[in-house]
Formats: sequence, structure tokens, C-alpha cells
Amino acid sequence: MPITINGQSVAVPTDPRVSLLDLLREHLHLSGTKKGCNQGACGACTVLADGERILSCLALAVQFEGRSVLSIEGITDDGALHPLQQAFIEHDGYQCGYCTPGQICSAIGMASEIERGVPSAVTADLASDSIDLTHEELRERMSGNLCRCGAHNGIVDAISETYASRTGASRPAVAEIAE
Amino acid sequence: MSILDTAKQAAAGVLSKLRPETPPDPLIARQATPGKHGSLGTSVPRIDGPRKVRGKARFAAEVPAEHLTYGALVFSSIPRGRIASLDTAAAEAAPGVVLVMTHRNAPRMKPPAGFMSDPRAAGSSTLPVMQDASIHWNGEPVAIVLADSQEQADHAATLVAVTYEAAPARLNFAQQISQSHQPESVLGEPPMIETGDAEAALAGAPIKVDITYETPRHSHAAIEPHAATVWWDGEDLVIHDTTQMLHQTRWTLAGVFGIPENRIRILSPFVGGGFGGKGLWNHQILAVAAAKLAGRPVRLALSREAVFRIAGGRTLTRQRVALGAKADGTLAALIHTGTVAMTEHNNCPEQFTFPARHLYSAETFLLEQRVTDMDMLANTFMRAPGESVGTFALETAMDELAERLAVDPIELRRRLEPQQDPTSGLAFSSRHMLKTFTDGAARFGWDRRNPVPGSRREGEWLIGLGVATATYPYYRMPGGAARITLTRDGEARVAMASHEMGMGTATVQAQASADRLGLPVERVTFEYGDTALPHGTVAGGSSQTATIAAAVTAASGKLIADLLQRAGNDSPLAGLSAAEVEARDGGLGHREKPELFESYASILSRAGLEELVAEADAPPPGEAKQFSMHSYGAQFCEVRVNAVTGETRVSRFLGSFDCGRILNPRMATSQFRGGIIMGLGLALMEETQFDERSGRVMNPSLAEYHVPVHADVPEIDVIWTDIADPRAPLGAHGIGEIGITGVGAAVANAVYNATGKRVRSLPITLDKLL
Repeated sequence: MPITINGQSVAVPTDPRVSLLDLLREHLHLSGTKKGCNQGACGACTVLADGERILSCLALAVQFEGRSVLSIEGITDDGALHPLQQAFIEHDGYQCGYCTPGQICSAIGMASEIERGVPSAVTADLASDSIDLTHEELRERMSGNLCRCGAHNGIVDAISETYASRTGASRPAVAEIAE
Repeated sequence: MSILDTAKQAAAGVLSKLRPETPPDPLIARQATPGKHGSLGTSVPRIDGPRKVRGKARFAAEVPAEHLTYGALVFSSIPRGRIASLDTAAAEAAPGVVLVMTHRNAPRMKPPAGFMSDPRAAGSSTLPVMQDASIHWNGEPVAIVLADSQEQADHAATLVAVTYEAAPARLNFAQQISQSHQPESVLGEPPMIETGDAEAALAGAPIKVDITYETPRHSHAAIEPHAATVWWDGEDLVIHDTTQMLHQTRWTLAGVFGIPENRIRILSPFVGGGFGGKGLWNHQILAVAAAKLAGRPVRLALSREAVFRIAGGRTLTRQRVALGAKADGTLAALIHTGTVAMTEHNNCPEQFTFPARHLYSAETFLLEQRVTDMDMLANTFMRAPGESVGTFALETAMDELAERLAVDPIELRRRLEPQQDPTSGLAFSSRHMLKTFTDGAARFGWDRRNPVPGSRREGEWLIGLGVATATYPYYRMPGGAARITLTRDGEARVAMASHEMGMGTATVQAQASADRLGLPVERVTFEYGDTALPHGTVAGGSSQTATIAAAVTAASGKLIADLLQRAGNDSPLAGLSAAEVEARDGGLGHREKPELFESYASILSRAGLEELVAEADAPPPGEAKQFSMHSYGAQFCEVRVNAVTGETRVSRFLGSFDCGRILNPRMATSQFRGGIIMGLGLALMEETQFDERSGRVMNPSLAEYHVPVHADVPEIDVIWTDIADPRAPLGAHGIGEIGITGVGAAVANAVYNATGKRVRSLPITLDKLL
């Protein structure tokens, strides 16, 4: 079964050692997804697998048979800028640009986690119905994406502006999580 | 200081008064004239922004090539000695392997010329690369494996079997300090400056501090690891590199491989963070050599571990700062001395005494830099080399002295403000340091600080405020050239082999060139990152903005002269000299008579030209020899220290800067913040751990070398004086490095104010506060 990458069907590599990251970068030349450490410490390789943010360097490509992966090249359909990409430009949420695709993919995944009501280490009230995307929540949830140029403030502003209106709707009851 | 040196300095002072001064850049005055304000000073968004957010900016490890091979390195596991046995048979037999290169089959190559040994040189070390069995540091490459895929190369590299004969190695810094010596020079300046008898003055001073500070090794930790994709095309060599020294790398590689410079082309349009670390290391040389042997293109993208093993970082320092004060707070003695670790094969003495040479007045000075040679990977320049860690020591000591004197730390700096450069005697070109303190203090609420440590507590959290001076020199590099191509459509392409590592080079130079040529910024492009372009200079010393601007100014002068000549007698400009005209509104016009104007399009059409090209060298950077040219700032920090756990959180930060004219406020804010955030790492968490038994770096990963993450970074406030320096092109100083200076001390001083504990050894980790 193939992998769907940015809507295109892609055969799984014959070498089972190929990571999802190397499949994107070396086999498909989708080099927007970056390799910063290849060991899950920097977040530069973040992509969305069935809508969930994952570190593609820690994922073997063969694990994703039958699943749908979006990389930075695929987050909009028509080549237009995603509102978050536009906000990164406006808030100067980058300098060298190397961690940027990972930050953007991670933020998209994070926003949907907030919408689904997934709590973080700094969520004060686990019983609350919704989670506000405060700067504290945002910084905690984006801390897996390193930036060495020091664009943190711009990144936070860009994400915050883009998802300002979005807070978690109804969160699953504790019982549902336990299941 | 010797009598001779004193005489030389006095002579330099006279010379600087006699030498005719270059008039200020006309763009400074124009910028301040209503209605003539151009693109400079506005927040033009980064030109490469859309490509970066789309993931379309292509970095060195992403360049495709036919029949590409992938490289993997094998590292020595001893710090010094020889390879005793080397078995590559299993690796060579592994699937997909194309080549295993070791010292036995590597082509003969000359050692790289060392950076600073020649203005054209880039070698981070002068050691020969893989030429014999000797080992010089733990992590030195002993083999490179090429294979059809990265997976195959990585696996085969594990099959190379090496044994060693170890030799005694110098690994213990504390022990090696007794073997220290003065380097020949510190970036061209003397390693020691001595005015009067500072030790005697210190001994006689009524109030003094005399303290030792320590800072550890640091890693640049750019998120893009070093990488090169290289191939030979007959005798021609193409290198896609991630570098901040394009032409220097080309010249050095030409020497290593014994080929003419013009057979090498290096491209580096994007650099995923540099900070001083993206120079010429072993990997480019190994990739080129292996590509030659294999007859195929090579991609050598370093693993994160490899970056720590073969690309050096900031060295460690032990510094003494002794301040002898009189009762009024003025200094009878300023002593700043110390030692750093270096190797015999490089020249990066971490100029930690530079801030003390220019910041404060004192009756006597003793400033001395020493180095001790160790068996380690060559250290290198990392963001504000010297100034970053030197200000930690000096500015913490200033805070300690202020407390002894019972004066506010800002007031102490007011009492020490010099009238001229305290060690060179040169006049300041533009110094508004006290204004940065005054403005910063008002905005930060410094008056709310209680000088008594430990006096502010909220629950478990102790809260403190700290302040420190930031400073960095103004540099403009010699040897740059720029080319302007003006088209009949009224567009300009400006080209110079400079570097874009995220500083905003291409954007701000498009702005500057647009104003220089009287064109809208949308009609100007800046081409860079390719040795095929006119000669660029190193992206170091926060120098590119001034360096490029000076070269473009020279080229535009030539262009305007040529345009006037070609305009001919039918032009409204006929008979006008270059001095009488200015570039404006897409053409040239008389400075005072608006009716005398002709557009570029019109001039070129009449002359029958599609385009006109002008190329010129920048004039030598004499301004910094005539004046003391530095940037200044005041760093304000608020910390919260947990009284139970010792955890330090930076809750507020303000950087207040005096760096000449600010050319693009949005990008400048990012640069200042970036420096400050790296400074927070220096203050609180960063340390490359070096095992003094094995000489091995023990935390070669981003999981264990900690850099600030989003949760560590508060909203950082940045303000600036925006006062143009009349001697600098565009009135601007570089701003890439000053941000990190003073941050370590501002944090440490805030921690002291919060807790009453002085931490004099970085980083300020929890254990030091419990």
C-alpha cells in the first residue's frame, strides 16, 4: 500500500531503514522538511501525519503505508500562502529560515490539539471545558521546535495572531480520555 | 605599555587629526530630510520570506545531483597518538559502498591556510586533513565512507575497525594554565595593554574587588548542520556549501588541492544559521577529495554528533577582573586578565579583554590575554567572540563594585564615562552609551529595583533586577567589491559575494542600494552567495552591512560618472559634474535645480544601451583607525529564582542599544533579540561538556546541549538611539553580535539581586543556587 504525501501516492521505499524524513528529502526532493538533528531533539523535521504533528526523523517511512502525510509543501492546496505562513512573514518569525517549516507544521498540529482540548504541562485546570491559547500554553507546546536565531517572539506572535480566535471547544471528559 | 607603544599611539592621534576626514554618507542627511526619506529606516519584509515559509529556500544539503553519493565519517576515539591498525575491508564489502577513504588512499593535499594568517584564508585549523596516521583531537575524522544512500554509508562507517596507539594529551585546562603564553596578537591588536602600575594602584585603592570568573565551552548549534554537496566537472570544482566565508574558502581550497581559484565555484545562497561556526572545516575538504577519488558527486551532510566532533565552538575562559576604586567611585585601576584554551593549529584567542579597552575611564590599566595549548578540536569565533564572555566577567565585577561603593550600578557607569577612548586615546566617533542606560532604565522601571538582595519575594519566587553594559566594535572588512547592473527598464541588480544567514543582508542591501540609486526598493535586487560574483568579505564581526554599503557606494559613483558621460549634449544633464547631481526618482538630477533631470531609462535609450554595468572596490576601512568606533547598549533583566528548587526564569528583558542608524526596524529587532536569546543560553544553560580524561565532547546532541526553547524566552523589549555615526556608511553599525554581550552579566546580576548569591561561573544552573 502506498503512502499519500501531499495528496500524491508514493511507493514505500525498499530499504526499511529509510526514515520518513529521508524519504521526503532524498527520494522525493521535498526538501522543505529540514534535518536538524536526526534524533528527535530539534523539531525541524515536523510534518503532519493524518493531521497529527510528528517528528519525521524518528519515523520509518514504511510505518506510514496507507496513511496521509502533509509536509510544508502541502499545507495549502493551491500554492497560496497559509495564513500562518503570511503571519510568519509579517511578524518576522524567522531569520535563517531553517527551523521555519517545522515551526509552521508544528503550530498547525498544535492548534488542532488545542481545539481538541488536549492539555499540556502548563494547563492549570484539567477539568476546564476549553483551553485558551495563552502565550504560556503556546510556548510550552512549541518548545519542541528549536530556533537558534532567536526568532521566538516573532514565532509566538505569528501563531498567536493566526489562532487567536481559536480556543479549545468542548474537551473530552476524563472518562473518554481514560478509554 | 612600552614607551614606543605610547609614542605610536600619540602619533596615531595626531595623524587622525591631520588626515582629511571623509565626508559623511549623503544618505544620512537625506534620510533625515522630510520628503526625501527612502526605503532605509522602514520595515521592508524579508525579501526571501515567502521562500523560507514555503520551504522553498534550498540549503547546501538539498541540492540534487546525478549519481550522487552520500558520505559518513568515522571519528577517532583518542585525543592524541597514532592509528595503529585500520581495517576497511568489511566496510568496502558492505552493500552500496562506493569508496572508503582513509589517510592511506586520500589524495595528497596541502594543509589549509589558517584563518587570520592571510586575509584570503579560511582554514579553521592548519592541520593537514587525513594525510597520515597521527591523531590530534578526539573526534578527528579517520575515514570517510561513500555509498549510494545515506543509510548504506552510515552502516558501513560502523564497520571500519580502527585501533590506536595513544600518546599523552593535554586535556586539563586548570593544569594547562601554568603553561599559558601570550598569543602573538589578538585580532591584530596587542595581547597586553598596560598603562601605569595597575597592581600598585589596586593595592592602594580604598575600595576594590578582585575576582575570578569562568565561562565554559559553547557550541553555535545552528539548526542547519554543516553540509556540502560537491562535484568535479573535469578540472572544475563545484561546491554547494553553507558558509559565511565564500571567497576565503575558495582561495584556501585552491591552495589545498593545488588548483587555480578560478576553477572553483562555491555557492551558498542560504545558510541555516552561522554565528561564526560556518567556516572551512574538515568536511568540505574530505568531500572534495572523496569526490575526486570516486569520480562521483558527494553529499556530506554532517550528523549532529559530527558537528560537535569536527566543527569547533567557543573556547572556555578563566578571567580575573580587579577594580580599584576611589571613594568617589572613579577607578584607580582596571585589571582584566585571563587565559583561554586554544590549539597550536588555529588563531582564535577569544578577545575577552576588548570591552575593557574601550568602555570605562581608569587611571591605570592592565589588560592581558593569554592562551594555553590543548589537544582538542580547534576552537573558533562564536557570536561576539570575547565580548560575550568578557562582558560577563567585567560587568559582573562592575555590579560587585557598585555594591561595595553603595552606588547604583547605572550611576557608577556615569562616573566612569570617558571623554576619549581610554586606551587608544582616539576620539569617539559616536558614543551614546549613557543614553542607552537612561532610556532603558525609564522604560524598564529600574527605579523599582531594591538594591538589597533577596528583598522581593512572591510565594516561592525571589525576584531580582540586573543591568549590564553591552558593547561591540564597529568593523568594516577590506577587500570587497560590488557590481551594479542598471537596465533600461529602470531596474538595478546589485551583486557581491556576500552571505545571508538570516541577518537580512539581501533585504537591507536592496533597501540601501535603492536609496543610493534613487529607485523604489521593488526595482532593486541584491545578488549574493556565489563566488562567481564580485569579491565578498567574511560574514563576521557584524561587518557586512557597512562593508557592502561601502562597495556599493563606490560602484554607484562609477555608474553615475559613466551615465553622465553617456548622457551627451542633448540631455538636461549636459555639462553637469558628478558632484552636482544626485540619484533620485529613477534617474539623475541636479541637486538644487529640479528641472535638470533625466531618467535612467531615457539616458540608456538615447545611448542605445540595454544596460550599463559598473563595478568597483570599496575603499580601505580607514575610519576605524581614525576614531574609536564601537556600539553600546544597556541590558536590563528581571529574573524569578525559585527559592526551593533554584530554578531561574527570566521574566522580563530589555535591550537598549546605540548602534548608529537602524536601517530596518523589524529585522533589527529580530537581530537584537536573537543575540539576547543566545545570551540567555550562555547565562543559564549552555555548556559543551569536555571530558578532561578522554578529550571527548560528552554532549554532542541538541538533547544534551541545551539552547533556549520557546518556554525559556519571554517577550524581549528592544529600543535604540537611532543616532547616525557620521563616519560609517549609511550611518550604521553592525548589529548581529552586540545583542549577546552583557546578557550573561545582566542575568547574573539579577540573580544576585534576587537571591544574594553571586554566581561567577557560567552557566547559572540550579546547583549553584542551592
